[in-house]
Order: sequence, then structure tokens, then C-alpha cells
Amino acid sequence: MGQHGKTGTLTRHDGGAGMTGDELVALLHTMMEIRRFEEKAAEMYARGKIHGFLHLYIGQEAVATGAIAALRPDDYIVSHYREHGHALARGVDPKRVMAELFGKETGVTGGRGGSMHLFDVSKSFLGGYAIVAGHMPLACGLGLAEQYKGSDRIAVNFLGDGAVNEGEFHEALNLAAVWKLPVLFICENNFYGMGTAVQRVSALVEVYKRAEAYGMHAEQADGMDVLAMYEATARLAKRVRAGEGPAFLEAICYRFRGHSMADPEFYRTKGEVDRWRTLDPIASLKRRLLADGVLTEERVADMQAEVDDIAREAAEFAEQSPPPPTESLTRDVYVDAPSAEEGSRA
Amino acid sequence: MPEITYREALRQAMRYQLRNDERVFLMGEDIGAYGGSYAVTKGFMDEFGERRVKDTPIAESVVVGAGIGAAMAGLRPMVELMTINFSLLAIDQIVNNASKLHYMSNGQIRVPLVIRMAGGAGSQLGAQHSHSLEGWYAHVPGLKVVVPATPYDAKGLLTTAFEDENPVIFIEHTALYASKGEVPEEIYRLPFGRAEVMRPGADLTLIGYSGSVHQARRAAQQLAAQDIDAEVLNLRTLRPLDVDGIIASVRKTHRAIVIEDDWKFGGFGGEIVALIQELAFDDLDAPVLRCSGADVPMPYAGALEQAALPQEAGIVALALRLCEGEAA
Repeated sequence: MGQHGKTGTLTRHDGGAGMTGDELVALLHTMMEIRRFEEKAAEMYARGKIHGFLHLYIGQEAVATGAIAALRPDDYIVSHYREHGHALARGVDPKRVMAELFGKETGVTGGRGGSMHLFDVSKSFLGGYAIVAGHMPLACGLGLAEQYKGSDRIAVNFLGDGAVNEGEFHEALNLAAVWKLPVLFICENNFYGMGTAVQRVSALVEVYKRAEAYGMHAEQADGMDVLAMYEATARLAKRVRAGEGPAFLEAICYRFRGHSMADPEFYRTKGEVDRWRTLDPIASLKRRLLADGVLTEERVADMQAEVDDIAREAAEFAEQSPPPPTESLTRDVYVDAPSAEEGSRA
Repeated sequence: MPEITYREALRQAMRYQLRNDERVFLMGEDIGAYGGSYAVTKGFMDEFGERRVKDTPIAESVVVGAGIGAAMAGLRPMVELMTINFSLLAIDQIVNNASKLHYMSNGQIRVPLVIRMAGGAGSQLGAQHSHSLEGWYAHVPGLKVVVPATPYDAKGLLTTAFEDENPVIFIEHTALYASKGEVPEEIYRLPFGRAEVMRPGADLTLIGYSGSVHQARRAAQQLAAQDIDAEVLNLRTLRPLDVDGIIASVRKTHRAIVIEDDWKFGGFGGEIVALIQELAFDDLDAPVLRCSGADVPMPYAGALEQAALPQEAGIVALALRLCEGEAA
């Protein structure tokens, strides 16, 4: 752990979370796919194919992968702006995600959103949002709607540690708790809000304790361990689905790359980053599955080749896709479905 | 046709929706047990239950955001923000989420949400409770902005707002809740983007919305006594704006004054003036003028507050200036 690596009651999870070998391999595959996809995205950014902000998730793959694997495919996901991993873990087509980063017509939002605003409603992936904590009220509303309808679908809201001092964080936790909304909040605490260390700006550094203050069940998990994330998410999602109100999971994790591609990383040391890299969630699971005989070196090599292909094909697809036509500029500002106003026009 | 208040007209529109569309629910600060700070939702919680009529914490951002989220999930919420002044605490949700999600998601998401709030001044509520910020919302693509002036407007426009697939900012005027007018008993819909010619006239056009429509109408009566025949336009919605209706009126009268409670500098009236000169410059016989609120934080004292708001006398004086040499 690095200089901020105090994780309170955290214990490393050593079981297999009751999963079969194939399921464990699938988790590894998803994490490897996210990693390789983002390495390819960084390469494409350096080559001038991707513009604007690009926030890489490298290092945090276990959080999205473990958590989303523990959800139902129709549970809503509302994420922050570092959300490529969440989209891919939910099964959003990597080709269409890469095309979105390229700003192409074939992207998940036709080039309208870019890296920070991926949406795929068909996968109940309701977006990446770029105003810190501004997406939390939406997760409450999605949960409210399902509660109103009497369904057992839940909303899962990924947020960063940077969100916890925003007013909307507190408003959302309070509303979710007082209305017992079916929302699972997952805070990815990577110790830095952009370049500012949590303890420099937060009076209470254990984020989950803030959620406890709103009377909801809250706990920490090792966000560098995909099985710990799977186990904790499955357990909390079950509570939330059963109508026991919202829950809050603080995932202790670390991003290996800068805040965005433009980050010179003056605020942390190379030594700290290197220490965390020894906890790489992909390398850890790989070692474990090899040691347990679930995987062979040959199979690992095959998997690496598979994810290399996925990333390469995604970049090729994005490269070959056309940009959105400029005639589409003003489409979808409003829903222009026939409405009452048309009907009553004389 | 029965004569009812602006408040009752709003109630009739909401009750119709609650009775006929299970997806509709209301939430807001003190709309339930208290009955609404302007008594618009009085009795609704008893009639429809707490599932359909929800009292919320005083937390505007999450209340609006939860309305957006519920709309994204297929419901048709109505959020009441009590007053436009408090909407500033929810402006992130309104501007960054409600207005943009349909576009950002490439049409995948819809936000059929009505956000009601009371705006306007004139009740000596001081600087923080007297805003007319409708122009700010009208500035944002993706929002519709509705500003009813009469009970007839209130019922017909709120019904249309509920049935619209887009986020609608519905701004009532605090001074109009008790005003009365004829309203059909049955439900009806008024189209957005269609101004009403409240009083036809030939010599100049007075353009108003919400509260300022009534000042324009009273000013027109005074002008009639001086042989100036003013047309009064009630805009009803600022976005969409009835540009064709405004231009048609100006082409007829060749002169126009925009009347609004809002601050003059950078206000919505400036947008109307700009559109008129862009589209009907050759039809104008005089510059288009504005009669707006003074550029000051609203003072409490009655005399100062009235001095800060547009008045009939001011409108009449501007009209006489525009029509100089024309009147008989």
C-alpha cells in the first residue's frame, strides 16, 4: 500500500467467491480486455486519433469488473467520466466504444458524447457523467422509478472519492436513505480527486463512514481484488434488491496512469505508484489461477492474443468509420415525436 | 364557461394527469402535508396518496435529479421547486442533465419532466425571493420554457407540458395565483410556440409574457384613450418562441415594445428585439424598445420595489414616444 494505503477494516479476500473456474477466467478476461482496450486508446490518443479528455481506468479494472459481474444485466449503471471499464464490463461493444472515442458516427452515441459520455440504453448502461457527483441524483431517480413500479431492478452508481465533498453527494445519500431507494453506491477511492489527495481536502477520509452517517449500510472492499469486489457487490446488491434500502461500498483502489492524458503527476511519487503496481489486479488474479491450476500459461497467452485482437479490431473499426454528418448537428436537441401541441394545431 | 383562479386551473390540469396517467407523480418541498406553499397541490396527498404526491427534503438538486432519473426510467414526474429562486440550487441538474441527455445519448434517453416553480416580484419578498430568471432557462437548448399569464393559459399549457416528451420549465407568477378568468371545464391543450393576440391593434405591438401581459393590457387601455391602438401579444412560451407571430404583428403595426419584469441587461427582451431587427428591419418605423425591470437586486420597501418593476405609466410613455406624430 502507498502512503495513503490505510484501509481500515479491510481484509483481503482469499476465497473464490463461490465461482467456477470458467467464471473466474471470465473475470480475468474482462479485466485484460479493459486494460488492453485502454492501452490502445492511449496509443490512439498519442497518434492524434482521439481528442479532448481521455481518463484511463488502468489499475482500477477489478472494481468495475467484479462489481458488474455481480449484478443483473438489467440493473442500471450510472457512472462517472472514467467509465470505459464500466461500459466494457457491462458488455457494451468495444468497437462502438472506441468509435465513440474517435468521434465517429458508429460510436455508442454517434460521436455526440466522447470518452466521458458513453451511453448504451440497450445494456442498461445509462451513462458516463462529467460533473462530479452530478450523476448521483439520477441514480436516485432511477431507483425511485423502479420502487414506484414495484420492480426489483436496482440502480448502481459508480462515483469517485472526489465526489464526496460535493453537495449532491450528501443530497443523494440522504434522499436514497430516507426513501429507502434501491440504489447501490460504489465509491472508487483511488486517493486522489484529480491531483488532490483525499486527506488534504476531506475532514473524514474513510468515505464509507459518511454513508453510515445517513443511516445506510456501508462497508469497504479491496478494489484491487476482483473477487473481493464481486463478493461484496453481490452481497450488497442482494440487500438492496430485497428492499432494505440503499447501500454503499467504498472500493479502495489506485489508478496507475495520470488523471487524464494531460496529467504530469507532480502530486505523487513514482515510488508510490510502483508500490501499488505490485497489487495489479490482473497480475494478481493471473498468478492465483495459475497456482490453482485453473489456468495454464498457454491459455493465458491465448487470452492475451484475444484481447489484443479485440483492441486492434476496435481501433480499425473506429478508424474506418465515417465522422457524423454535419447535417446531424441539430438532431435530437428535442424529442420531436408527435405531441399534443401538433394535434391541437388548427 | 366557469370563472376560476389561476391556481385552480393548475390544479385541474394536475388532477387530470394524476387520474389518467399512472406514470405521473408529483414531488417537491411541502407539496403534500403542507399543501404547497402557494396551495396549488392542497389536498392532493389525501386524494392520491404518498406514492403519487411526495414531500421531499429541502435539497433542490437531488429532487430535480431524481425527477430526471425517474423520467429516464419511463415515468412522467412533476417536480415543484416552490420558487424559481431555489431553482438556482438545481441548475446543475437542469442545465447539465435534463437539457442535454437526449442529445448526448444520441436520442437514446428521453426526459419527459415538468419542473414547476413560481417566479416574479411585486410581493415585497426581498432580493432573494423576487427573481425573474426565465430568460436564463430559455437560453438553454433542450429545455422548453412556459410562462402562463392567465388561468386559461395555465390549464392548457400545463396539460401540454405533462404530455411533452422533453423537460419543461413551467414558471408561474406569484402575483397571479388568485387572478380569475374563464376556463373550460373539460381538459384542453394549448400549443407551445404559439403566442396569443390578446388585443388586436394597428399602431404598435406590446409584447409581454406572464405578469407583464397584464401591464401591457392595462397600458393598451390607457393608450386607446389617446387614440393609439396597441396590439397586445401574450407569448405563453419563451422556448419555443412564436417568432412568426411576433414578426406578423410587427409587420402590421411597425412598432414594438417588449415588457418584462426581468433585468434589462442581457435579458430575454433583448433576444426579441434582436429577432425583430433581423427579420423585419424594413418594416419598422421606430426602434424596438424595452420596458424592463431595473438593473438592481430587488429591494424590499414597497415604493422601491414598484420603482424597480415595469409600470403601465412607463409603457404608455414609451408608446407615446414611438407613435409621436402618428396619433390623430
